[in-house]
Amino acid sequence: MLHGYGASLLEGALLTLSVAFMSLAVAMVLGLAGAVAKLSRSRPLQWLAGAYTTLIRAVPDLVMMLLVFYGGQMLINQIGEKLGWEFIDVNPYVAGVLTIGFIFGAYLTEVLRGAFMAVPRGQREAALAYGMNPRQVMVRVVGPQMLRHALPGLSNVWLVMIKSTAIVSVIGLSDMMSRAGQAAGATREPFLFYVAAAVIYLAFTSVSELGFKLLQKRFAIGVKQVSL
Amino acid sequence: MNFDAIIDSLPLYVSGTWVTLQLLLLSCGIGLAMALPLAMLRSLPMVWLSWPIWLFTYVMRGTPMLVQLFLLYYGLAQFEVVRASPFWPWLSSPWFCAVTAFALNTCAYTTEILHGAMKAVPAGEIEAAKALGMSRWVMLRRIVLPSAFRRALPAYGNEVVLMLHGTALASVVTLLDLTGAARQMNSNYYLPYEAFVTAAVFYAAITAVLVALFRAAEARWLKPLLPRS
Amino acid sequence: MQRRLMITLLALATASFTAAAQSPDWKKVRIGVEGAYPPFSEVGTDGKLKGFDIDMAMALCTEMKAECTLVQQEWDGMIPALQARKFDAIIASMAITDERKKAVNFTNKYYNTPARFVGKASAPHDISPAALKGKKIGVQRGTTHDRYLTAIYKDSEIVRYAKQDEVFLDMAAGRIDATLCDSVAADLGFLKKGSGKGFGFLGTPVDDAAYFGIGSGIAVRKADNDLQQKFNAAIVAVRANGVYKKIQDKYFDFDVYGKP
Repeated sequence: MLHGYGASLLEGALLTLSVAFMSLAVAMVLGLAGAVAKLSRSRPLQWLAGAYTTLIRAVPDLVMMLLVFYGGQMLINQIGEKLGWEFIDVNPYVAGVLTIGFIFGAYLTEVLRGAFMAVPRGQREAALAYGMNPRQVMVRVVGPQMLRHALPGLSNVWLVMIKSTAIVSVIGLSDMMSRAGQAAGATREPFLFYVAAAVIYLAFTSVSELGFKLLQKRFAIGVKQVSL
Repeated sequence: MNFDAIIDSLPLYVSGTWVTLQLLLLSCGIGLAMALPLAMLRSLPMVWLSWPIWLFTYVMRGTPMLVQLFLLYYGLAQFEVVRASPFWPWLSSPWFCAVTAFALNTCAYTTEILHGAMKAVPAGEIEAAKALGMSRWVMLRRIVLPSAFRRALPAYGNEVVLMLHGTALASVVTLLDLTGAARQMNSNYYLPYEAFVTAAVFYAAITAVLVALFRAAEARWLKPLLPRS
Repeated sequence: MQRRLMITLLALATASFTAAAQSPDWKKVRIGVEGAYPPFSEVGTDGKLKGFDIDMAMALCTEMKAECTLVQQEWDGMIPALQARKFDAIIASMAITDERKKAVNFTNKYYNTPARFVGKASAPHDISPAALKGKKIGVQRGTTHDRYLTAIYKDSEIVRYAKQDEVFLDMAAGRIDATLCDSVAADLGFLKKGSGKGFGFLGTPVDDAAYFGIGSGIAVRKADNDLQQKFNAAIVAVRANGVYKKIQDKYFDFDVYGKP
């Protein structure tokens, strides 16, 4: 049905998923760090986080990826030559994951910052008044409420990220998009293979949306929902 | 860093910027215009109205824009019946395919953002509006929408910036936008670093303007709404 | 806790930079290939690379007694990737031109097939710049055909694509009026396939040594003269011992080497 390219497409799908999950881990860490920095009272930290989000959000993923892959490699080559190291190869998988995680960490910073700001200040004050230390305040009171507000933005970013993994094909990782493209070019039937790829992406998305819906329900316990 | 090559290629980048801006404004404009009524319909409790729209956003958000663009540009052109139809002059143009794909995509995302913002309007405000006897339409117009627009500003700002980066895909269907200019310079001089850093600088400039605009909008419309810190 | 997390992540990241051994004696060679230029290089249904370029690469490596790995790379980034040491040689139907020689060194050619215009079979066979004025000509970006069209066909609208496959797709869809590309790639990659019905070569082969060079060669970095000589010796050897002919016959029923 897929002219024999089905297995290849599925292999690519697994690679896509793998890159997406690893990037999410990197992005969450960077996003939390960025949001905390932006909301802190320290001016240099705020400035640093501001520069991070502004610069990263200013450059398209594709351009970023190419810069990290080629530019980063050249940088390492030059440093390596000066230090007399043996030649170190930047693995495309690592380059891809780091780049995508780095990019979406900036977007997550904004989402988490907005979510943090949406939690009423009184919640934090009350928790502190109860004698909780800042870590407990975050984990028990502010954190869960923050996540509730962050969920729509978070789901948007996750969905965009899964699809952004398609750009790793530019640096030689054989993900699903590049395999669909190869099959389309070889068989001259682009419609078939791109629809197949779309269906697989939809499957990923469905599972993700289901997951987010469950999370939404979990975090909205106790919050009044009214219909228009 | 080879600055001569960059200076030689500047006209290419300037025309590419113009194409990118046109793509961005057209797609976001059309997308937003379509998303407003769709978001309103989506937020109503009637399932037969909200469900088809949910399906649309589900498919559009669930598949990469690149796939949507390829399907529109290469996929449809594969079929003889499409090439013979009266739509062919439109569908054969890369401009039309790109703007359509981008507009549909941003419409789906914006619909979801607006819908989420509308749901986030405090329940108390809606109950109060109902208690005051406002009809659904008046409530939407005076209470829900103003509040929802303000709430949606940060997320929509994100969306517009993402759309700017999305327009880079236009270079894949032969349009000479900013990324297309960079690829052209790269293939002329074999200098990917210079080519893409220059493009990055141009994109950064456009993004800075967009972010400043949205920050001003947030300061004017969103900050007054938030609890005082 | 976050700081510890970030440090561990950084450590993991650096640890995964694999140290690739650079072989000054060239026992291990990485070769960059495109994978989107049938019949010279394409990806089969099993996900593996195949084609004339691929077979040539493996044959030359056997001759040089080296262990070769194929690295797939998009055409746009081929030479930059070579310079960034992603691989050590390019075997991707890359024509030897003076312009490219500024960036890389080439071995002697390993094949030479002419370029030809392709268009609708019913179109006029006049392929002069005047006849094609205002027409849309598709071409793969960064190829010698691209350079030729940009320089000579100033009155036509040149539409550039990242892959030759995409050019053929748009040709079949009627979005472009003609394309200039390698005659063999067009013949076996498009005209002989179902989507190529109704299309054919326009005019005679285009031969301009200034733009198209003397044939396709293997590109290596400027510093790697020893690798260049090894490849040259291997090319001579496979032509002499019949391996070249065997590979050639697998794909073509004509001579692709051209004049020695």
